[in-house]
Amino acid sequence: MSNKVKDALYSPIFDNNPIALQILGICSALAVTSSLKVTLVMCLSVTVVTAFSNLSISLIRSIIPNSIRIIVQMVIIASLVIVVDQFLKAFAYEISKQLSVFVGLIITNCIVMGRAEAFAMKNPPIPSFIDGIGNGLGYSVVLIAIAIVRELFGSGKLFGFEILPLITEGGWYVPNGLLLLPPSAFFLIGFFIWALRSWKSEQVEENEFPMASNSSAAEETA
Amino acid sequence: MAKDTVKKTIMVALGLCIVCSLIVSTAAVMLKPMQDANKELDRQSNILAAAGLLDSSLSVEEQFKQVQVKVVDLRTGKYTDAVDVNTYDEGKASKNPALSEALSAKDDIAKIGRRENYALVYLVQKDGQMDKVILPIRGAGLWSTLYGFVALERDTNTVVGLGFYQHAETPGLGGEVDNPRWKALWPGKQVYHDGEVAIALVKGTAPPDAVNDIDGLSGATLTSVGVTNLVQFWLGENGFQPYLINLKAGEA
Repeated sequence: MSNKVKDALYSPIFDNNPIALQILGICSALAVTSSLKVTLVMCLSVTVVTAFSNLSISLIRSIIPNSIRIIVQMVIIASLVIVVDQFLKAFAYEISKQLSVFVGLIITNCIVMGRAEAFAMKNPPIPSFIDGIGNGLGYSVVLIAIAIVRELFGSGKLFGFEILPLITEGGWYVPNGLLLLPPSAFFLIGFFIWALRSWKSEQVEENEFPMASNSSAAEETA
Repeated sequence: MAKDTVKKTIMVALGLCIVCSLIVSTAAVMLKPMQDANKELDRQSNILAAAGLLDSSLSVEEQFKQVQVKVVDLRTGKYTDAVDVNTYDEGKASKNPALSEALSAKDDIAKIGRRENYALVYLVQKDGQMDKVILPIRGAGLWSTLYGFVALERDTNTVVGLGFYQHAETPGLGGEVDNPRWKALWPGKQVYHDGEVAIALVKGTAPPDAVNDIDGLSGATLTSVGVTNLVQFWLGENGFQPYLINLKAGEA
């Protein structure tokens, strides 16, 4: 693998993570992460859609008229999402019922569209495909981390197997109900971003609104 | 650039639409049989689970083999072959004036508006004999319509189990209709007393020797009232009572 291809695959995982650095795809990160099994299926679906939408858009990038390029991208992404949804309904019915509208909402997931516009329109098919897989993996890393915390501490289970016996079923663990509700994912994503930026400090954004130097003297004059 | 002419733009748009629609429709058509099978399996496991008969160690198909589906004419309480068992949809029929009748406000305690003329019932067979009967029930709770099943013993009076597979009641209050400990209160209760539907949810805890009373859901008075009403409606004279009388007499 050449360096560029390697970079396309690995850099989205921590260095240029679509959720943690670009803050894209938060909606589904909140919605589907209360159980690990459902999360894994969602991650797989997003990775497949991103990879193949990148591949097909890159294949026809030289004939896409500039004036309708966003519509062309949407049509390709929407078709792929419908195909994925049909496959889930046929092979993983229970999980597709739990994912419900969120599979369909992959169409509006900014990561897919963002990679199509930013990468696949300018690069050849193979690197584009790998970039799609890389970004899918970056998305998956964050979702899986959140789902592990939410399922373990929210319902005392992982993959539906009991890890912490619940007090309602004769154990000792009092589950944290907040973790099963979507807002808890906001806190967890926040902590994830905090940890990542402490580790890779170059991701910290510049302060856009610095405090003016003389604004601290207010109480002295009062 | 040459690719930005009007002709090129329309060509690309058209070509893309054709390719994408081919891919989507192929996937949809090829996978349809498997999706239908999944839906059917889901419905069957709902029926068994709602009635408290689902054994997760056995396959649903295997368990459903002992279940016989029949159509009952709710007006006469007898079996009928007016509609096809495999294609009949109770939800659609209850909205179709030709297949349902409007209920008067006095009769409509479950607040369902219209009642379909035909209903599907599920007979669980054991050693060639009817052992249990599973009946569909539905009715308004506080926020939503609750959909479920109730299973009765061969005597058509003793409850085997009750459960709802679809509702949108308040989680933690009315949503406790899904709580296994509450559902465990139902088996063994008697539906009728002197020919009248007597089964009901009571406020607080039912006395231990009560045969018709079930603990109400604490903090969910309106859901409890709704559950009482819908169970009483479907097991009453406008629901399955005529059929159950016939079934017990062996004349259904």
